[in-house]
Amino acid sequence: MRYLPLSPDDRRDMLGVIGVPSIDDLFVDVPAVARRADPVDLPFHAGELEVEREMLALSRRNRSAAEGPFFCGAGAYRHHVPATVDHLIQRSEFLTSYTPYQPEIAQGTLQVLFEFQTQVAALTGMEVANASLYDGSTAAAEAVMMAQRITRKSKAVLSGGVHPHYVGAIETLAHAAGVATQRLAAAVDAEAAVIDAIDADTACVVVQTPNVFGAVTDVSKIAEAAHAAGALLIVVTTEAVSYGLLKSPGEMGADIAVAEGQSIGNGLNFGGPYVGLFACREKFVRQAPGRLCGETVDAEGRRGFVLTLSTREQHIRRDKATSNICTNSGLCALAFSIHMSLLGETGLRQLALINHQKAVALRDALAAIPGVEILTQRFFNEFAIRVPGSATEVVEILAGNGVIGGVPFARLDPAAGLDDVLLVAATETTSDSDIFFFSKVLAKVIAQ
Amino acid sequence: MRFTKDHEWVALVGDVATVGITAYAADQLGDVVFVEVPAVGKTVKQGDGFAVVESVKAASDVYAPIGGEVVEANAVLTDAPETVNTAPEAGGWFARIKVADPAQVEALMDRDAYEAFLSTL
Amino acid sequence: MTMLNIGRPTRPEAVDGAAGAHDTLTGGRGLLQDEALIFELDGWDKTGVDLPAAPPADDLGDLVRTAPIGLPGLSEPEAVRHYVRLSQKNHAIDLALYPLGSCTMKHNPRLNEKMARLPGFSDIHPLQPQSTVQGALELMDRLAHWLKTLTGMPAVALTPKAGAHGELCGLLAIRAAHEAAGQGHRKTVLAPTSAHGTNPATAAFVGYTVVEIAQTADGRVDLADLEAKLGDHVAAIMVTNPNTCGLFERDVVEIARLTHAAGAYFYCDGANFNAIVGRVRPGDLGVDAMHINLHKTFSTPHGGGGPGAGPVVLSAALAPFAPTPWIVHGENGYALIEQPEGEARAAFGRMCAFHGQMGMYVRAYAYMLSHGADGLRQVAEDAVLNANYLKARLSDLMSPAFPEGPCMHEALFDDAWLEGTGVTTLDFAKAMIDEGFHPMTMYFPLVVHGAMLIEPTETESKQELDRFVVALRALAGAAKAGEVERFKGAPFHAPLRRLDETLAARKPKLRWRPVADAPLAAE
Repeated sequence: MRYLPLSPDDRRDMLGVIGVPSIDDLFVDVPAVARRADPVDLPFHAGELEVEREMLALSRRNRSAAEGPFFCGAGAYRHHVPATVDHLIQRSEFLTSYTPYQPEIAQGTLQVLFEFQTQVAALTGMEVANASLYDGSTAAAEAVMMAQRITRKSKAVLSGGVHPHYVGAIETLAHAAGVATQRLAAAVDAEAAVIDAIDADTACVVVQTPNVFGAVTDVSKIAEAAHAAGALLIVVTTEAVSYGLLKSPGEMGADIAVAEGQSIGNGLNFGGPYVGLFACREKFVRQAPGRLCGETVDAEGRRGFVLTLSTREQHIRRDKATSNICTNSGLCALAFSIHMSLLGETGLRQLALINHQKAVALRDALAAIPGVEILTQRFFNEFAIRVPGSATEVVEILAGNGVIGGVPFARLDPAAGLDDVLLVAATETTSDSDIFFFSKVLAKVIAQ
Repeated sequence: MRFTKDHEWVALVGDVATVGITAYAADQLGDVVFVEVPAVGKTVKQGDGFAVVESVKAASDVYAPIGGEVVEANAVLTDAPETVNTAPEAGGWFARIKVADPAQVEALMDRDAYEAFLSTL
Repeated sequence: MTMLNIGRPTRPEAVDGAAGAHDTLTGGRGLLQDEALIFELDGWDKTGVDLPAAPPADDLGDLVRTAPIGLPGLSEPEAVRHYVRLSQKNHAIDLALYPLGSCTMKHNPRLNEKMARLPGFSDIHPLQPQSTVQGALELMDRLAHWLKTLTGMPAVALTPKAGAHGELCGLLAIRAAHEAAGQGHRKTVLAPTSAHGTNPATAAFVGYTVVEIAQTADGRVDLADLEAKLGDHVAAIMVTNPNTCGLFERDVVEIARLTHAAGAYFYCDGANFNAIVGRVRPGDLGVDAMHINLHKTFSTPHGGGGPGAGPVVLSAALAPFAPTPWIVHGENGYALIEQPEGEARAAFGRMCAFHGQMGMYVRAYAYMLSHGADGLRQVAEDAVLNANYLKARLSDLMSPAFPEGPCMHEALFDDAWLEGTGVTTLDFAKAMIDEGFHPMTMYFPLVVHGAMLIEPTETESKQELDRFVVALRALAGAAKAGEVERFKGAPFHAPLRRLDETLAARKPKLRWRPVADAPLAAE
């Protein structure tokens, strides 16, 4: 077996050193009822070629985004990632290292985390950021828990513009911890209804911009209303590239900003692994979840970095920890940070403008189709449209015609009564001919 | 000055008690990096956790040695938590509590009794 | 003869009093470059990407971000240099033994990386029509089949994103099951003192009170104490098996029986599954739920702190409460059950957006196919063999915490053997860095004084283990011979010397700032 270095002779010699006749003597503590004489009922080992053949066969039964027109978003976005990013994250020293528990021999990872935290703080317009969480949805859930710890109140108001999967992740954690959630009706302009739902019991308000329908909102007024009621404002963003064009959560008064960072540096990967961005006001940092990297000096006075404020964490505070998180999303954060460094502010702003430009072109093309109604007026790179009948059926027919035509809202939230709503996104990877082809096929599907 | 088995100290002047952690406790904790002091106006019961003291490696609850209302918290600790190490039984005090029942203070150990207690640890 | 006496010297000259390694003039040290932060490289107007021009977004009015963001850019060559230089300051499993106990730092096959990058896996969207991702769904279904077969459990929830997330998933399923059975009053979780910190943290998160179970002198759960603490108030026990002392819980079947008799569920922390994979099925031991760290047992790379994946296998009693989504196989191929309705009406909810860590599923499945049922069994055997070999070769110098009987995949030592040397566990670990090895897990589990937990994994050759033994024996000898200075100041040969964690925590500097802060200085 190619991954196992011990030879039969090694094994025999080592058993001799240990002083037992056979390997079974090392498993004597296993109760007899659970000792298995034979391998389990699964195929035996296979060579690289066989494995590759089987995996390739599975992969070929998926229609990848690059194969044709593709317009899915709804929390995961297809962007071009420079080749350098994937090359660098496969450096052995990044790929095959553990969480940096020994800072003297993990300065590579630690400096990257310090740079990542600074980048995320800048993008979100917040004071500090952590070293990543699993993904945007779990980051949102952790933010709600944090708001409860800070305000000592136990109700979360969730805008109807928050991605339904994020609502699900928040509800799972909140209900487990005894925090009530009030989810407002799903609507393109859902943020308008948020202020009225804030009351004295409200620990936090969760809004998303651009929201799940793509609508962009200035949430400053919501921030004021939340703060007046002693609540925190949590701003969720699922498309991190939008930070390059739109006012940041910090500029609009957010107390905690969370985001899905997949768009920068990371591929679609069928939903994971992604990278959760988490940023907040500095005064709240001791209530924050996850790892934090901080600057310090070594015994000779040279600058270095360490994981810090660890007393918040499970390995020290155990049942009083701010979160149970241990492993986070280090390598995805590295990919994010490298891509972000390559873009720089100049590149990010330009990339964001291109995304917006493509989405406007898509909007114009779809608006011209009889029967299609554009629902989202102000958007970044994604918007909602209304199609006649079931958006789910439309999408299936489109797929049959070679077009991955977006995400039916009903797939995310079948109870919302929005069966005719379709979410469509465009990015820099969307070509003019993709848009042309999509609009032609959609027009034909609707006309039938 | 009076002491508890949880290594808090109390110094009563009039009906206001200044409370902190003992030199022994500060030494055991190692380098203190953060202190969460109670909010002024908060009413605490004897034995309640009313503050948290953190070193790099541990976070410890500090229990109120006596009950009453918090009338002052030591602002120095916010920027200079190391004061708990350098002057645990002086400038490193945590809070001042308006004592509800002075008899609670009297019931605590005096220094000799506390030293004797430490020698048993 | 002709005499040619020009050109460079070809032999090193002896020089008295040569400058030490740390005394270079610029901070660079041979192959190790001193590397500034990206914010200090003067790249405020630079970019490393070429993008077409785009018009301004006139339609967005005052929603547009106008103030500077504060992000530097790097050209491609600068970016490559920056990150390669940083990478060289990391230890890695590709470089040498990485014996962190409980972490299972094993070789990461590169085939798995290649497979995860096939466009049919990496470039598909979680919400594109299911008819267009049948291969991906089948892969998830097959992975589920392997996990269920290897554990002897009837169901698995794939979506948890790491071990701690899996613990949360398992406890939520247990809570939902109790509530469905009118047992919602059960609010206590029992866990041994030796548990991973994530266990009590997770239980507390779910609203449970954690009560510790005592441990016997031989490092196992104290059955009498467990029995005394079980009752109508207990929702679950959380036990790691093999446990964090590296020992198999001999009485695990009885632990399960007692737990079930008390109406509670048995959550097993599966962080140490590597020791038994292919040889022991947790389902045969009476486990109700167990997370499996794909980034440990099934070798998805740890990436400097993730991403991981923590699928949870579930017993039949807990299966109905598993979170959405899951996969079903019907007439029209594979389908995802994404909403808690119909057959999924008892599901407790959703752990995260989308369907979990597909990139990790691909790697783990490729790893499983490569090993097969026979190879995985060999994995467990070699992991246990390697650990016992280290224990055997070090026990005369160092003090094993539990000398009697074999250990499983990790060998635990305490610091009794360092008594009187002036060297602490931390000092010893830092000196290991100077010898080229990553330290073992230190000061965990909490039940052993000055704990040193060594997990070599099965992917270390005997030669590498012997190198490690030579290094540890030399260090142990030095400690006992009174060479305290070798340890107290260590490491001397790492990119940096020991770091001031107190300073970092007292004056947290969590980001670079454009206005020069007062420089940090050790006190």
